[in-house]
Amino acid sequence: MSGIYIHIPFCKQACHYCDFHFSTSLKKKEELVNALCTELVLRKNELDGNVETIYFGGGTPSLLSSEELQQIFETIYSNFKVSENPEITLEANPDDLSKEQIHKFTNSQINRLSIGIQSFFEEDLKLMNRAHKASEALESIKEAKQYFENISIDLIYGIPGMSHERWKKNLEIALNLDVPHLSCYALTVEPKTALKKFIEKGIVPPVDEEAAKQHYEILLSETEKAGLENYEFSNFGKPGFHSRNNTAYWEGKPYLGIGPSAHSYDGKFRSWNIANNTKYIKSIEAGELPSEKELLSKQDKYNEYIMTGLRTKKGVFLGKVESEFGKKYSEYLLKQAENLLKNNLLILENETLKISKKGKFLSDGIAADLFLVNLD
Amino acid sequence: MQLVAREGIFMKNIRNFCIIAHIDHGKSTLADRLLDATGSVTDREKQAQLLDNMDLERERGITIKSHAIQMDYVYNGEKYTLNLIDTPGHVDFSYEVSRSIAACEGALLIVDAAQSIQAQTISNLYLALENDLEIIPVLNKVDLPSANVEEVTDDIVDLLGCKAEEVIPASAKTGLGIDEILSAIIERIPPPKGNPDESLQALIFDSVYNPFRGVETYFRVLNGEIRKGQHIKFMATGKSYFADEVGTLKLKQQPKDVVKTGDVGYLITGIKEAKEVKVGDTITDSKNPTVNMIEGFEDVKPMVFAGIYPVDTEDYEELRNSMEKLQLNDASLVFIPESSAALGFGFRCGFLGMLHLEIIQERLEREFDMTVITTVPNVSYHAYTNKEPDTPILVNNPSDLPDPSKLNRVEEPYIKATIITKSDFVGSVMSLCIEKRGEITNQTYLTTERVELTFDMPLAEIVFDFYDRLKTVSKGYASFDYSPIGMRQSHLVKVDVLLNGNIVDALSALLHRDNAYDIGKKICEKLRQLIPRQQFDIPIQAAIGAKIIARETVKALRKDVTAKCYGGDISRKRKLLEKQKKGKKRMRQVGNVEIPQEAFMAVLKLND
Ligand SMILES: Nc1nc2c(ncn2[C@@H]2O[C@H](COP(=O)(O)OP(=O)(O)OP(=O)(O)O)[C@@H](O)[C@H]2O)c(=O)[nH]1
Ligand code: SF4
Ligand SMILES: [Mg+2]
Repeated sequence: MSGIYIHIPFCKQACHYCDFHFSTSLKKKEELVNALCTELVLRKNELDGNVETIYFGGGTPSLLSSEELQQIFETIYSNFKVSENPEITLEANPDDLSKEQIHKFTNSQINRLSIGIQSFFEEDLKLMNRAHKASEALESIKEAKQYFENISIDLIYGIPGMSHERWKKNLEIALNLDVPHLSCYALTVEPKTALKKFIEKGIVPPVDEEAAKQHYEILLSETEKAGLENYEFSNFGKPGFHSRNNTAYWEGKPYLGIGPSAHSYDGKFRSWNIANNTKYIKSIEAGELPSEKELLSKQDKYNEYIMTGLRTKKGVFLGKVESEFGKKYSEYLLKQAENLLKNNLLILENETLKISKKGKFLSDGIAADLFLVNLD
Repeated sequence: MQLVAREGIFMKNIRNFCIIAHIDHGKSTLADRLLDATGSVTDREKQAQLLDNMDLERERGITIKSHAIQMDYVYNGEKYTLNLIDTPGHVDFSYEVSRSIAACEGALLIVDAAQSIQAQTISNLYLALENDLEIIPVLNKVDLPSANVEEVTDDIVDLLGCKAEEVIPASAKTGLGIDEILSAIIERIPPPKGNPDESLQALIFDSVYNPFRGVETYFRVLNGEIRKGQHIKFMATGKSYFADEVGTLKLKQQPKDVVKTGDVGYLITGIKEAKEVKVGDTITDSKNPTVNMIEGFEDVKPMVFAGIYPVDTEDYEELRNSMEKLQLNDASLVFIPESSAALGFGFRCGFLGMLHLEIIQERLEREFDMTVITTVPNVSYHAYTNKEPDTPILVNNPSDLPDPSKLNRVEEPYIKATIITKSDFVGSVMSLCIEKRGEITNQTYLTTERVELTFDMPLAEIVFDFYDRLKTVSKGYASFDYSPIGMRQSHLVKVDVLLNGNIVDALSALLHRDNAYDIGKKICEKLRQLIPRQQFDIPIQAAIGAKIIARETVKALRKDVTAKCYGGDISRKRKLLEKQKKGKKRMRQVGNVEIPQEAFMAVLKLND
């Protein structure tokens, strides 16, 4: 069981909060798609077993033409064993999902759309410098729903100036549209982003963490009412609609990351490609993988299991810690958990540690508390 | 301390001397030139301030430890052995100077030609004179455009009562004057005197712990000689050993069969226990011991006390071991076990000053891999109770202060502070000293430009940010020296700090009543900045007894979770959280509050 991630590093314009790798110049798109296909061929022996998920992320994969999509799919299908019913997701922006454009996706193997709505309100979209309008946000979902059953939408909360009411309204619109999957992210001010600069200069008010926390609480209760399960910190889905691709990440399954800045994991090594389109293309054309890699130690893997486990509804299973890492680790884990259990930030049931409702918004610190590290 | 060389003959081809001066006047650089001129280092080994071989010394550009090295020199066709000891100039390390002096017959007194005589020029000169050392004055840095050759020569003549021709103009930078210095060493410093036929009598003036070879001791032979394989005895500890290896101290140690009367050398006996070696002890022959045990060194009187605790409570024994080993190389470090409710088991340590404290903490971390927490430093007070108003109780730790209801009075140590500065800065130096509760006792114009001010001041006031402020108000043109002048009555209160409602004993401080409110408030503010936000609110309070005098709150974290955690985010985030965890691990958990190490020293940095 394994997955393929394909990074499409192009966007129409740069959203103010974004620190992903992308270019706003589409000049190299064709060359890059060729390089992606070459990389797929170069690495065709790296995956054992069937490919269960394929994920087009970005950047903005909805900028791909049908020809480009077909070229990539042909390369995948002729070099890898793809399972009978794979999950094939494409991230799409609302401005690319007009009636005319959506056909290019329906004609491909894509069976799941992840739409970058972020907000249904013009003020929020403007502040974040999204390329689409509020009306397009709504229309794109309606349109997509005619062709795709499996749809996810992204929303952002905790935006400066976003009232509780507006956030609630955003959720209400999404839930009324009856999309089966939601990914909701607290707006994060990353270093070296335009948003960060604007906040420093006082052009945009700073993010209010208290508001973000309350938005999250609203999110939890509204989605619960609507029958969406909070199966990972930021992800909510109806039964049968949880993202198989992301779940694989959290479960430490192997995946192949294709394209500039993409990460791969083979169960032992994690590797990552260079985050530069030109250098990526050049290197691939020369038949060389532009990547670096690191070996994950037992301790690294333990820490990752804690980190991802706590984010998901599955939690951290003590039996697994003991069988996979040894008694030393499971005992250490319980000892570290003591205080957090006492303070009701963690819950222990059925031999499984889970984050409590109270702890959810603090889960990074909680995970760090359970980590094993050596002081150097 | 007086070395009694009894009847004996002169070892005419040996000279033992040290280099002394105020800080930064160029001792170590001059030592470089002497090593060059005598061919004691190869070109490959050469580097600036070669003898400053500790990383800490190189990073900070100051000498911390005395360093002995032997040179061979041919003068007028005769071969001489010159033992040089480079000493530190900072006031906190004057104990290093005094021990070096005990192994020498002469001293090069270096004076910076641009800075003239400074506070430690004088104090180190007196140390040397007390030991009857021959002083060779060297006017260094004459190459500097700002050098004031004639005037400073006059200053030196006035200070020493010597003739102007005896002052050697030199530049450790260009090498000017080095030959004159070498001939003065041979011509003017008396050779050591001793009796080679007597039984061995050697003074241990320094030692160091070597993880591979055990304890290395550095000694000066006064009488007799020490041979490889000899069965020897340390007189103070009474223990006997075989001299596995003896030798002289070149840039690298040079094993020898024998180190003779008057010479300086090292000894290795395979001792692994730091406690078995005492600096100041006498080495003698075990079968034929000398009857004259050397008086040894006076115990140093620490000026500042602070607790040192292992970050990990399980490392207590290892910390003790490390401190014992460090003590070998720094005889001025004293410590006794103590315990704190907040920090567990640790040690109350005495230091010669704040720089000394900082250096000890750093050396523990670097040389012994011990991460430690240092608590708020204080000086040593005397408390008297109503019940026994004439018996002083020593207070080296805030928790030793008797309950205010039982307290009759408290005395605090005072010092005589000597400050030499330019006349332009007299006003600002005075206001600083008065702010620090100082009383001026004297003001002397050394020249029209340079003034010497003396104050009586509480020692506690110079412990906290005095040096830095003095430097600032005088734009760097002030030097400072001090000596204790006894105890005086004072109004002292104990200020406690409460975190989350619990007193953290390690954060308590003894403060003068007039400062308590102001400092209490600043401590709370500082702690609020230093204590990271945690999963709950943390109230911080300062209190005198039951009375709260200041409060602050560290607000609980509202949000501590990253929104996305997919493919590439996973390792990035793991590394981030690992870093966070490491930071936490270095903190000390008191109750359920995590306190970073710096917080325990917060009081010292209130003005940053
Ligand atoms: N121009 C000039 N600079 C010198 C001379 N001698 C030393 N210096 C500089 O003065 C500074 C201090 O020199 P050091 O040799 O470290 O002084 P020190 O007396 O050993 O200092 P401590 O051991 O810390 O007391 C360094 O930057 C030297 O390069 C000299 O003759 N001329
Ligand atoms: S569309 Fe997506 S990848 Fe592109 S800038 Fe906006 S948030 Fe970033
Ligand atoms: Mg020096």
